Amino acid sequence: MNKDIIFCGVGGQGVLSVASLFINAANDVGLHVKQTEIHGMAQRGGAVTSQVRVSDDPIHSPIIALGTADFIVASEPMEALRQVSFLAKEGCIISSMTPMKNIEYPDIEEVHGQIKDFKNNKLIDTAKICEEISNLRAANIILLGSLVAELNIEGLSDAIQTRIKIAFAKKGEKIVESNLLGFAKGLE
Amino acid sequence: MKNTQMLLGDEAIALAAIHSGMSAAYSYPGTPSTEIVETIQREVKNDPDLDVICAWSINEKVAMEEGCGASMIGKRALIIMKHVGLNVAADPFMNMAMTGTSGGLVICVADDPSMHSSQNEQDSRFFSEFAKILCLEPVDSQECYDMTMQAFELSEQFKTPVMIRLTTRVAHSRTGVILSENKQDKKSISLPTDFKNWTLLPCNARPQYVALLEKQKDLQVYANTYELNEINIVPGAQKGVVVGGLAYPYFKECLSELKASHVRVCTYPIPDEKIKKLINAVDELYVIEEGYPLIENQLYRLIHETGKTLTIHGRNDGTFPMAGELTPDVVRKGFGLTINEEGVYPLSSLVKGRPPQLCKGCPHADTYNALNDVLKGHEQERLVFSDIGCYTLGAYPPYEAIHSCVCMGASVSMAKAAGENGLKYSVAVLGDSTFEHSGITPLLEGVSKKVPFTVIILDNARIAMTGGQERIMSEEQFIPFILGTGIDEKHVRLIKPIPKNHEENVQVIKEECEYPGPSVIVARRVCIQK
Repeated sequence: MNKDIIFCGVGGQGVLSVASLFINAANDVGLHVKQTEIHGMAQRGGAVTSQVRVSDDPIHSPIIALGTADFIVASEPMEALRQVSFLAKEGCIISSMTPMKNIEYPDIEEVHGQIKDFKNNKLIDTAKICEEISNLRAANIILLGSLVAELNIEGLSDAIQTRIKIAFAKKGEKIVESNLLGFAKGLE
Repeated sequence: MKNTQMLLGDEAIALAAIHSGMSAAYSYPGTPSTEIVETIQREVKNDPDLDVICAWSINEKVAMEEGCGASMIGKRALIIMKHVGLNVAADPFMNMAMTGTSGGLVICVADDPSMHSSQNEQDSRFFSEFAKILCLEPVDSQECYDMTMQAFELSEQFKTPVMIRLTTRVAHSRTGVILSENKQDKKSISLPTDFKNWTLLPCNARPQYVALLEKQKDLQVYANTYELNEINIVPGAQKGVVVGGLAYPYFKECLSELKASHVRVCTYPIPDEKIKKLINAVDELYVIEEGYPLIENQLYRLIHETGKTLTIHGRNDGTFPMAGELTPDVVRKGFGLTINEEGVYPLSSLVKGRPPQLCKGCPHADTYNALNDVLKGHEQERLVFSDIGCYTLGAYPPYEAIHSCVCMGASVSMAKAAGENGLKYSVAVLGDSTFEHSGITPLLEGVSKKVPFTVIILDNARIAMTGGQERIMSEEQFIPFILGTGIDEKHVRLIKPIPKNHEENVQVIKEECEYPGPSVIVARRVCIQK
């Protein structure tokens, strides 16, 4: 088993944090993992990506080759489209529907339409689920749930829940619970 | 995989230095090197018993010299900077190869090929070669950890500083690391008994240089025996590959499709004997390295020494592009292997650029709005020289408020020169930390020579672009320090950049721009990220 995943979004959306949570959980279940990210100027509302590779076998390159990624996990729909050159033909886009309009933004219906044109796609109304679970910052955790459901790696779901508990412990029981709930919603 | 931690290359270097008994880390922040000191600071905060000095330095030159001082009294020290920082620190760097070291001294330099967040993609390996010191080049976090531990030992063994060369993808990739159980204690003070090495008068420097040249033989022997400089001769393979830095994992990924012998290079000096063995075994030679063609240009001599005739395929002949970082696709293409281009989904025309921008509510935006109003209508007689920091984003719309960004501190020097050469409105705009780093000396010049120019210091009390590190001076020190240059205190103005002060701030900036002498405006409001 090896899976190549691109996490993407806009600076400030927590793309790097969710990627980091994922790789730590993957490491916990004994997989080989490599993750690369671009910081620096990207922090200031620019496009942000983190490439993640997990495998049963040792991994060489930290970077994913064009046309080979199994998943794009996008915190923002236009950012999903920015990364499609990395996606394998049978790859899957998992994206939030909610746009981040800090630029002159294209028609959102058209953006959604183009994502739906991909054979494998999961366009998720994260804003709606966030309201249901009363945590407006859980979008990435919901997307992560959706990714884990697709990956079907033994023990990974439990490992991620453990990591969620660690990552949000400082923010209190309520935030931990709502993130676990968001993750479960994503898994569905 | 038990006990494996996922660590950034930067984090692995920090932990290795602590586990090597480092007493002090000296650094100025710069992507992608910043997380090294941040990790050390985090470890010290979690365990005050560690007692490692790890406050930020004022600039890279000072950091380099501080490391030199710590080493001279026998302590182990780590010096960290991004590639362009080494330009600032080049003077002590070159001379520390001459003095040699006492306590182990490791200089970690992070290059940024493809310029993800830098103004150039210079290759620091050339600096290690220039100074004639040993350089190690890791490709993942485990190697970052192991090589940093080795580097401290090697620095004491060879009595020279040792460079660790990082690139963005190594510094900012998380890969699994198993930490050493063999942690060393810090060294106690041990003073040199002979000061000649450390006092580079010409009469001392000449024998020191001869000694440095002598060390080259030892370093060369070491390179040829270094285990990770692996050689693999495949019987019958016509292709030979010399592969350095992050090219190595990309090469490994296509190895099954290539019948090729190879030598991996992760030390500089390069393992010349191993490479000559490879040259003797093959009919064509490829060289892939992350950065400028450094190994490649040395291969001509090695081929000459073997008496063979071989063509080199590398960056010089266009097999791999001269600019930009390597990727798995670039490496495959260079070897003529198929890449997935036909199968690649095209970029939709819907996708718009999303450049980084000033945060909503950023104080710099208010200062730029005021400055733009002041200079409106004076387009033929004004320039705004800017500098390295968040505020460089003022070059983008809607501000388009600045006209240059060259290197740390250049805004003040350039504005001073433009002012004394007759430009009517010559304005420098730079951050408080950039001012501390390299803006003070040209300001002192401009004030002493009574040059008509205006320096606007965007004082957000942080090194914001790299994540909000603290600057050196306290708020109380800042303006008295500027007054200490002898500048007329009537022309040192403090403004608060908020929208409701716009008219007032326009007036202050206008008055100082019209004043035919040196003036400083401190636009003070704390970064909204902190």
